[in-house]
Amino acid sequence: MIEVRIHGRGGQGAVTAAEILAIAAKEDGKYSQAFPFFGVERRGAPVQAFARISDHFIRVRCQIYEPDHVVVLDPSLVGTVNVVKGLKEDGVVVVNAREEEMNHLSEELGDYDVYYVDATSIALDELGVPIVNTAMVGAYVRATGTVSLDAVKDAIRMRFPGEIGEKNVSAAERAYEEVKEL
Amino acid sequence: MGEVHVVNGNYSAAEAVKAVDVDVIAAYPITPQTPVVEYLSEFVANGELDAEFIHVESEHSAISAVVGASATGVRVFTATASQGLALMHEVLFIASGMRLPIVMTVANRALSAPINIWCDHSDTMAQRDTSWIQLYCESNQEIYDTVIQAYRIAENEDVLLPVMVCYDGFTLSHTLEPVEFEPEDEIREFVGEFEPIHCKLDPEEPMTLGPVGGPDSYMEFKKMQHEAMKEALKVIPEVNSEFEKRFGRSYGDGLIEPYNVDDADVVIIAMGSVCGTIKHVIDEHRSDVGLIKVKAFRPFPGDDIRRLIEGKDAVVTIDRAHSYGSMPPLWTDVKAHAPDVEVSSTIAGLGGRDIRVEDILEVIEVAEKGEGTDEPVWINVNV
Repeated sequence: MIEVRIHGRGGQGAVTAAEILAIAAKEDGKYSQAFPFFGVERRGAPVQAFARISDHFIRVRCQIYEPDHVVVLDPSLVGTVNVVKGLKEDGVVVVNAREEEMNHLSEELGDYDVYYVDATSIALDELGVPIVNTAMVGAYVRATGTVSLDAVKDAIRMRFPGEIGEKNVSAAERAYEEVKEL
Repeated sequence: MGEVHVVNGNYSAAEAVKAVDVDVIAAYPITPQTPVVEYLSEFVANGELDAEFIHVESEHSAISAVVGASATGVRVFTATASQGLALMHEVLFIASGMRLPIVMTVANRALSAPINIWCDHSDTMAQRDTSWIQLYCESNQEIYDTVIQAYRIAENEDVLLPVMVCYDGFTLSHTLEPVEFEPEDEIREFVGEFEPIHCKLDPEEPMTLGPVGGPDSYMEFKKMQHEAMKEALKVIPEVNSEFEKRFGRSYGDGLIEPYNVDDADVVIIAMGSVCGTIKHVIDEHRSDVGLIKVKAFRPFPGDDIRRLIEGKDAVVTIDRAHSYGSMPPLWTDVKAHAPDVEVSSTIAGLGGRDIRVEDILEVIEVAEKGEGTDEPVWINVNV
């Protein structure tokens, strides 16, 4: 079972990112769970969302304390909240950041396997708004292979039917291509 | 064959309500139940569900409206949680006393004060004695399946009692997971048409429902309600097994679901979504532990539970509610039916406090040490 924690700010679509991952897992023939950090959300405030993906039905229902993977939707969260808290030793971090930001961010992210992509620019290009969740899901699945890109595209189309869905698919595809390992 | 969708628990409930083709819905939104009301409004507005949706100004009105509608002989639904359920309290007795087969979902949430929107079972436990059947769910699939079965149980001629389908707020209501939805025509065939047998409000054939029952008759009505609950102990397993034959899914016998109990030295008795985490702990850490998931809390299948726990080394309950100044409700019911069995009592997960794997391991330790038999042990608490 893979456990994923997504850090974002209220309004960036962290919860939707977790949901897209869970739906994509089902499209790949796997089992999944997605849930928000239970509570009240405010636009701009740090938020978390979670996903579990497994080959078997997932029974465990407590929160995720030791994730395998962490996705960070906003680079300003690194250092503000402990995004690697409880992350497993061989854990992976996928962060939305420009290359020049990585020098400073890499200090905070320790010895983990770190991937980065400028999802904000991609989202602005493809969607016209800085909502980076679908791009970051694309980057995440390239970095970890947890689910396939095709399944992610299907899930995005289910979640956002029509033109907006196609734009988000483009964002996910571009981030999938552009993500780099630190 | 059904179709698998990845959905949250509130959607599961709404999808089931649509599948059984209810006629009247009256509900008032409250966290964490709100999406149920939104989904159903949408189904009605876009024509997927041919029902009357009554927008009311409070939960007291919501339950009153479905009492009235149900009395005219149509299939009804409402949903609430926490303070909303508390506000319904006085009308809940009227629904059961008038023997109306109302189905209501409750997304379990704590009660104020302090204000808390997260899960525990205080809201439904406080309605324990309203003569409503109470069924608790572990997964979103179980919510869908149980809401469908609830109509069969409520409308059964030997039962005719309202049913509360309870599922944990946020832990299920806001968590997405795969759920298999069956074709609606098959669900409608399974549930059948609702035809009131004894009485209904009908201008063509006027009658009075719910009038005064004085000292000469009141007790008879109340004893008959108890007998109907006992009938439900038979009807629930029948509906569970018929559902299994048709759709391939079941939850123990519909009343309790034992897991690894035969091979277990220690047995945990619990309700709701924590049962999933307990099964996970049994599979991953403690094959010597078993679980009795109590699905039906009312009627309480006490004799079945007693038979399973007699002779075990240790038995422990997990309550997500408390009866302040005494022992918590699940423990009390177990002990009432198994007075000779030592049963430890734990309280966990109040107001959304997460029940972690390590907490379940602590519950097992409490049982093994024989603690908590006359005073509940509070798990993961800082006072």
